Amino acid sequence: MTRTEFLQGNVACAEGALAAGCRFFAGYPITPSTEVAEHLALKLPKRKGVFIQMEDEIASMAAVIGASWTGARAMTATSGPGFSLMMEHIGYAAMTETPCVVVNIQRGGPSTGQPTLGAQGDMLQCRFGSHGDYSVIALSPASVQEMFSLTVAAFNLADRFRVPVFLMADEIIGHMRERFAIPDEVEVVPRRPLAKGVLPFAAGPDGVPGFPVFGAGHGVHVTGLTHDERGYPRATSPDLHQELVMRLTHKVESARRDIADYQVVNPGARRVFISYGAPARTVQQVLHDRKDPTVGHLQLRVVWPFPEFALGEFPEAEVFLFPEMNLGQMAREAERHTDVPLVPIPRLGGELHTPAMLGKALEAHP
Amino acid sequence: MTFRDWYRVDRLPTIYCAGCGNGTVINCALHAVDAMAWKQEETVFVSGIGCSSRAPGYIATDSLHTTHGRALAFATGVKLARPDLHVVIFTGDGDLAAIGGNHFIHACRRNVDMTVICMNNWIYGMTGGQGSPTTPVGALSTTTPYGSAEGVFDISELAVAAGANHVARWTSYHVKELTRAIQTGLETPGFSLIEVLVQCPTGYGRRNRLREVSDMIEFLKTHAMLLSRYRKMVAEGKPVPADIFTVGEFVRRNRPAMGVPP
Repeated sequence: MTRTEFLQGNVACAEGALAAGCRFFAGYPITPSTEVAEHLALKLPKRKGVFIQMEDEIASMAAVIGASWTGARAMTATSGPGFSLMMEHIGYAAMTETPCVVVNIQRGGPSTGQPTLGAQGDMLQCRFGSHGDYSVIALSPASVQEMFSLTVAAFNLADRFRVPVFLMADEIIGHMRERFAIPDEVEVVPRRPLAKGVLPFAAGPDGVPGFPVFGAGHGVHVTGLTHDERGYPRATSPDLHQELVMRLTHKVESARRDIADYQVVNPGARRVFISYGAPARTVQQVLHDRKDPTVGHLQLRVVWPFPEFALGEFPEAEVFLFPEMNLGQMAREAERHTDVPLVPIPRLGGELHTPAMLGKALEAHP
Repeated sequence: MTFRDWYRVDRLPTIYCAGCGNGTVINCALHAVDAMAWKQEETVFVSGIGCSSRAPGYIATDSLHTTHGRALAFATGVKLARPDLHVVIFTGDGDLAAIGGNHFIHACRRNVDMTVICMNNWIYGMTGGQGSPTTPVGALSTTTPYGSAEGVFDISELAVAAGANHVARWTSYHVKELTRAIQTGLETPGFSLIEVLVQCPTGYGRRNRLREVSDMIEFLKTHAMLLSRYRKMVAEGKPVPADIFTVGEFVRRNRPAMGVPP
């Protein structure tokens, strides 16, 4: 029996984590993400899970990674300033191929910025924020229902590709209350265990090694240093380093089509909005009000790896309009994949674009 | 099994310099672990960054070589998610007391059930001999070329004040006492810290008039004062030499702990 709830996005995210079998949460209080932690502090102990409030976000991310190596589905939630602190261990998770989910309820930055107001200013940070080359997966929900369903998806993707997966939400979706459905069961795709006789960091055909869970006798050595297939440090071999980093990047980038999740409205449109997260709601309103087949909408649920092929879903497009609550972070990424003119519609300050603002953009491109 | 069976032999020899004390400490730790009759598949070694933190890479169990200063936060995640696993951490003075200072005091406060072996050589060895929070006042390093002007942390006293259940300090000279102290740490539920003063002839000794390995070990031997004797001298108002350090068991207690297996 599917259960219907009327709750805020952050709570839906926590419920999604529980449904996905999250057994470990470590976090540090920060507005506007704290409700995720509060809800899991309430629920996890009753389900034989672990909730711990760490001394900072660096430690939170570390504890999540430690728990993940024992096989637990593990998560943390934060916002901009905490996200900045987590970068060190996001890189460690990428290098050691540790599955984990990081929820970022974005607020206005830089620095302490606007703690209580929404933004999308961390979209490039989640992709490129730690040092070195690597690849990650980032999802962006535009409704309370998607806060639930994309959290579940995040755990499955993290386990499948053994990368940090980000739920890049924003304060608006995180604090918005909507009706949403909690199914009895959700699809859970567990980690592929390490097969007998295989080296712990030897990749399968998908570029992902089997997972050698701690406590099972694998005797695996995990290090953030450049390592060989045994997991042993070999930090001075140029070829080995290149091979490893290429694999870490390629295992995600080569599966872009498989990972992609987006919605196309009016594929024959000449003028096409691209959106993710809260601004998708304004675009939906504009399309609803206008009922104009020349106006289309590409709503991205997976933002990284960027599904550039999705732009081809609109063969008649004469202009792409990209409203974001930043100065055009993803618009820049989209722009480099298309010859169609792309117009960023940036909005800072914490308030969503109004339908009138997007209407004006349409009138500028008749 | 003997302590030798705990070594990951295909990774030997270690990267440590000639005369380094870290190998002695690993030997003592593995003797203690072996005496506990733990199984390798039930034991996890965790470390941060630095010379000491390379130790888990030479041990044939699951091991997590993490980031600089954060080993205790990673270990907290391992232990709370799987309390039935034994968790042992190797760290150093820079790793634990400088960049990891906050994680250190909070792990003590939580009294998470784990044993931390801190190799304190008063210097950053891996990066070539920079001053650390335990570099003695006046001592020379590459970043204190005119002598260190900063006060030092007493790592053991810090652990006692922050709430650890068991705290002891020995040196790489006192191998029997050290092995026994580590075993006590492994047996004690809650957080245990064993601080080990180790010689670093390459990064510390040669700049501080302790040129030979034997000079440094002689220094550790002759400047270590038993805690009980030190406390007695202080109680009796007798003058304590300024250049000694205390060794022995600082505390063994039973505060409520986290991550203790049921």
